[in-house]
Amino acid sequence: MEYFLELSCSGLVRASIYALIALGYTMVYGIIQLINFAHGEIYMIGAFVALIVSGVLTIYGFSGFSILVLAGLIAVIYAAAYGYTLEKIAYRPLRNAPRLSPLISAIGMSLFLQNYVLLAQTPDFLPFPALIPDFAFMEPIAHIMGSPELVILVTSAISMVALTVLIKYTRIGKAMRATQQDMTMARLVGVNVDNVISMTFIIGSVLAAIGGVLVGSYIGQINFYIGFMAGVKAFTAAVLGGIGNIPGAVLGALVLGLTEAYAAGYISSAYEDVFAFGVLVLILILRPSGLLGKAVKLKV
Amino acid sequence: MVDNVKQSVLVALWFVFLTFPLMVVKVNTLNNIVEWRWMNMLWVAIGAFVLSIVWRWAMARRQLKNKKAEIGEEELTQAGLWQRSTEDPKIFKPVLTVIALVTLVFPLVVDIYQTNIMVLALIFVVLGLGLNVTVGLAGLLDLGYVAFFAVGAYTYGVLNSFFGFGFWISLPIGGLMGALFGIALGFPILRLRGDYLAIVTLGFGSIAKIVIENWEEVFNGAKGIANIPRPGFFGAEMSITSATVYTYYLMILMVVFAIFITNRLKDSRIGRAWMALREDEIACVAMGVDMARTKLGAYAFGAFWAGLAGVIFAARNTYINPNSFTFMESAIVLSIVVMGGMGSIVGVIIAALVLILTPEYLRAFAEYRMLMFGAVMVLMMIFRPEGLIANVRRKYAGRKVVTEDANV
Amino acid sequence: MSEMKDKLLEVNGLTMDFGGLRAVDTVSLNVCAGEIVALIGPNGAGKTTFFNCVTGIYKPTKGDVLVHPPEKKTQKINGFKSNRVTTIGMARTFQNIRLFQNMTVLENVMIGRHCRTTTSILGAVLRGSKTMRQERETVEKSYDLLEKVGLVKDADEFAKNLPYGAQRRLEIARAMATDPFLLLLDEPAAGMNPQETKDLDELIVRIRDMEKISILLIEHDMKLVMNISDRIYVMEYGKEIAQGAPMDIRNNPKVIEAYLGEESDA
Repeated sequence: MEYFLELSCSGLVRASIYALIALGYTMVYGIIQLINFAHGEIYMIGAFVALIVSGVLTIYGFSGFSILVLAGLIAVIYAAAYGYTLEKIAYRPLRNAPRLSPLISAIGMSLFLQNYVLLAQTPDFLPFPALIPDFAFMEPIAHIMGSPELVILVTSAISMVALTVLIKYTRIGKAMRATQQDMTMARLVGVNVDNVISMTFIIGSVLAAIGGVLVGSYIGQINFYIGFMAGVKAFTAAVLGGIGNIPGAVLGALVLGLTEAYAAGYISSAYEDVFAFGVLVLILILRPSGLLGKAVKLKV
Repeated sequence: MVDNVKQSVLVALWFVFLTFPLMVVKVNTLNNIVEWRWMNMLWVAIGAFVLSIVWRWAMARRQLKNKKAEIGEEELTQAGLWQRSTEDPKIFKPVLTVIALVTLVFPLVVDIYQTNIMVLALIFVVLGLGLNVTVGLAGLLDLGYVAFFAVGAYTYGVLNSFFGFGFWISLPIGGLMGALFGIALGFPILRLRGDYLAIVTLGFGSIAKIVIENWEEVFNGAKGIANIPRPGFFGAEMSITSATVYTYYLMILMVVFAIFITNRLKDSRIGRAWMALREDEIACVAMGVDMARTKLGAYAFGAFWAGLAGVIFAARNTYINPNSFTFMESAIVLSIVVMGGMGSIVGVIIAALVLILTPEYLRAFAEYRMLMFGAVMVLMMIFRPEGLIANVRRKYAGRKVVTEDANV
Repeated sequence: MSEMKDKLLEVNGLTMDFGGLRAVDTVSLNVCAGEIVALIGPNGAGKTTFFNCVTGIYKPTKGDVLVHPPEKKTQKINGFKSNRVTTIGMARTFQNIRLFQNMTVLENVMIGRHCRTTTSILGAVLRGSKTMRQERETVEKSYDLLEKVGLVKDADEFAKNLPYGAQRRLEIARAMATDPFLLLLDEPAAGMNPQETKDLDELIVRIRDMEKISILLIEHDMKLVMNISDRIYVMEYGKEIAQGAPMDIRNNPKVIEAYLGEESDA
């Protein structure tokens, strides 16, 4: 029983991270029908910036909580900046091009960003400081869920609630929903579509960066390649839930995270990645619209 | 002009900000010091400024080109320099002769190291030509092409280490295995289009690598398979030098073969069906083309060549392990096809040679190779989506009786 | 009623539901040999959906689509893929032009010959005499068809560079290349000026008379419809509201109401 709880907790942690990244994929796809291949790299860059900032701060004598806050904040700002720039350079010029072009551009940017970090920093794994403090009240259940796990779950939950509030109740959220439904019409009623799209990228990048910082502290090391795997898995989650559907991304992340944890725990951890890819392939073949998505009929 | 300069300064500042943590700061946790690389900041500033100016100029040109296309002025899809030069026998024949001579004499005048590199480049030429059919002609975006490459290589590796099969037997088997996998993997994804197709094939490619890595009994896992024999000449023992030269000529033959076959296919019933499938699948099927058979044919054909190339790759390196078959490799071959111009044979050859040889010959740039791949992919899509060599369609000699009643 | 001609297409009680929406409601329609039949109705009546059900793009929810190819067995083609329908002998054009933009005009027509030729990948590589013969025939037949629609001089032009009216004619030539006994045209005159429409008028009649191909067309241009149709079916809101000779349809109050709304003046 305890093992099951342990696995469930681990599954929820995975799910939280996948959800944070998946939201970025799903929002961008919903609005411009593009798979932002480079999104995983934003997550990775968020983690790297946090690592660098915390490294500098540690050396200059800051401590504990202030490092976490500052590193997180700066990582998020930078991720937003990268997301914004990415869209402006690699995707905006291709807004009206056939679907293949932005996809290839996205793959190109993904490669570019991976190698940019590799060359600017190092190909090796870098140790990530444990930024999340240990809370005393977690002692009793520390063998099932520790402080880092708690922080991850809580932070993700808060972020997702914040996102929902933003989409549902703010003006920019309304603009985003309108643009997703009908870009031309939104433009005609005065929505600045370019800004809305930039905003979508920025929000997605912020969430991904939060995920990156959390994962970095949790796992303890990062390298330039973590974006790829995390990206594919998060994308799987987004597709599983129905790409373009925000609650779907969260649901998909839950399903994927938990099943991965149980499979790794009860069957074998070697084939863990195959599992994720396998799920992805199966959904796309059997039910491309995902769990919560609607099947779109072809207009001939 | 001044405006551009002002904007570019701002852009440069933005990029300095953007790249600051990664380019300038380096944290050395061992010695607990921070390395501040201010020179990098200067490079970024200058680079961003220059690139911004160039970018603006290029974008302006591109806007103009698109506007012109809209009103239907020339420019669009006109026969390019390339087509005119190939059609003119006075230029074409001598150029071809020179190329042929250089190709034949190459290994005799350079050292063995260069020849070996050229063999690798030629392997990628074959990969490019194979994927060119699947992606370029038929429009099926396969991001997991490396899986078939691995199938070929590991077919040889496994056949050799378990059964002692030699190169020449394994070569056709490798190709066949590739084709079979092409059909097997193509079958469940027939209905997928565009993005979804790309992601699923990416999944396939990754699954292939992981399976190879973990299935110890058959594939020897991460340790790989070693002692794979080079191609033999009727069982004769050859020195490494001779074997490499031999492999080189083998590859030249294979490339010629591939060019010949692909060329014939482009101007055939099947080739046209592939293109129509790419252009508009619904209309294509409505005109009587069997989508399943045609698509599977494209997958199988592309995978066949990847399989062949894989066998030669294993023979060249005499050692294979899963790390040679990652998404990077798929991305490289895709770049080759995209850069070359989807469907253009010569474009793909040039692109493959450039992409593989440049990092070798410009050693200073080797590290930056993947970086440049990425950048080139993005830039090509923005500024020259049609590739190095634009789409040229064949003119058919037929009854071109243009009578005066041109109006119906 | 006209004399008993051979029925080519027989649609009985066709119904098409998309989830809760009934786009086509129990529509029956026949096309006989040598006829030009028109299917008209206001926008959104379900005409193109009807076409799509008949040509294999959709599988009808209810009803039968029966095809009687001349001198061959009758077949029920519900749910057949569209390439199979075309091979049987019914070809179509599209409401929103669907040409192969980056292929030449001639090549677009040549695709139509795909289902009537047999060269495989191996054949294409070896280029034996049979293959070469088929290629030659394909090119010849395609040129013939281009001549019939007046596009021979544009044979080597990319399809996307053609003017609109020419693109529509190209679609027709391409459909004809499949050797159909029945041609389904979806709004062939859309966007054409009066002169082009008149030429189209003559083309369609020529196709019926010279090529012996029967025609089922969807059209909004009433002049064209009244001029060339032998019979007309009228749809509204997915249902069939009238059928008969052009004269009868013209004066049918239900039809007038459907087109002009509740108050029918003029």
